[in-house]
Amino acid sequence: MQPVIEIQGLRKEYAGFTLQDLNLTIEEGTITGLVGANGAGKSTTLKLILNLVRRDAGTIRVFGLDNREKDREIKAQIGVVFDEPCFHDILTPHQISAYMGSLYAGWDAAFFGTLLGRFSLPEKKIVKEFSRGMKMKLSIAAAMAHHPRLLLLDEPTSGLDPLVRDEILDMFLEFLQDDRHSIVLSSHITSDLEKIADTIALIDNGRLVFHEEKDRLREQYVLIKGSSAQLEKLDQNLLIGVRKNEYGFEALSKNRRQAAFAGLVTETPTIEDIMLFYTRSRKGNNG
Amino acid sequence: MNIIIRNTGEIPIYEQIVSQVKGAILSGELAEGDALPSIRLLAKELRISVITTKRAYEELERDGYIVTMSGKGSYVAPQNLELVREEQRRALEQHLTDAIQAAKTAGINRQELQELLTLLYDEETGDG
Repeated sequence: MQPVIEIQGLRKEYAGFTLQDLNLTIEEGTITGLVGANGAGKSTTLKLILNLVRRDAGTIRVFGLDNREKDREIKAQIGVVFDEPCFHDILTPHQISAYMGSLYAGWDAAFFGTLLGRFSLPEKKIVKEFSRGMKMKLSIAAAMAHHPRLLLLDEPTSGLDPLVRDEILDMFLEFLQDDRHSIVLSSHITSDLEKIADTIALIDNGRLVFHEEKDRLREQYVLIKGSSAQLEKLDQNLLIGVRKNEYGFEALSKNRRQAAFAGLVTETPTIEDIMLFYTRSRKGNNG
Repeated sequence: MNIIIRNTGEIPIYEQIVSQVKGAILSGELAEGDALPSIRLLAKELRISVITTKRAYEELERDGYIVTMSGKGSYVAPQNLELVREEQRRALEQHLTDAIQAAKTAGINRQELQELLTLLYDEETGDG
């Protein structure tokens, strides 16, 4: 596999927030989930990849090309969906197709029609009459209709009911049947990522905590629970984000096979657990 | 061939795929030369990660159950069934030896152990 996105030493400063020293390589043919709390830097990262905001340091290569030098060439092969539906209320999908056709040389109006059909979206109704789920499906259809190689999606499933999320995930999996296609999506609905993501990148407070294959996460990390007395005997360096309560403690650890955990209650953490414990450990909120 | 994935539980998903494909080959459901679904198609159908299915296929290939020809897909490899069964038998003997040790530790005699085995076997096969 070859990289579709290579980010090195990326830095972006805002008042009160800095995305710093971000190094991230994403392989072609995979789905990468960007996870992190609101304001952690997920959207900023996506915008930087798209060259929509100016970076303060670092390099970004997409399809092996510098994303500032080859801006147009790169964008022609990317489909983008942002959290907020971006089409004007008074347009119909039919009109949107005509408009998008004027923007993208590769726009495939017939394929767009097929996607609308798949999503049961009416071609002649104005967007204003669409539900939130329909608007999101429309955005996704519009992002895919010029046959991009890469989809960048910011919270594509947030606020949608499970049925719609399911339809959308199916569409993504279909897109990935071509092994030159890749998807990067940010989400805090981690159950979706739990299912389909190949790799997970956790961003916390402007820093990349890890980028790891999802299956490896399940093999490495463990959620442990036990009594306060047991906690005192443990090497604190093994623990991430300890939470104590009246009746015991729980913590995350990266050392699943650690012998010291014998006798404690152990569980396989979800991606959400991993995200929560890391965020908590940074805040030093150990009580 | 059916593949049933259990999302809860401690058995990694790739291992579940490996053991079920092996099962299908050993039972004869999949014969030598039969095509397996592509890695991406299987991931899509099972709604799991491509890396997971890839890892399962790599494991199956390493163990000699399937062969992958680049650009053509994966196929069931010629099986030396005699050898495979022999290996399974050895593994079973090891498990039974462990069970006998555990029985001795617990003071369970031979007859009780045999009765227990019969009971559990019937339960498992649904005859009980």
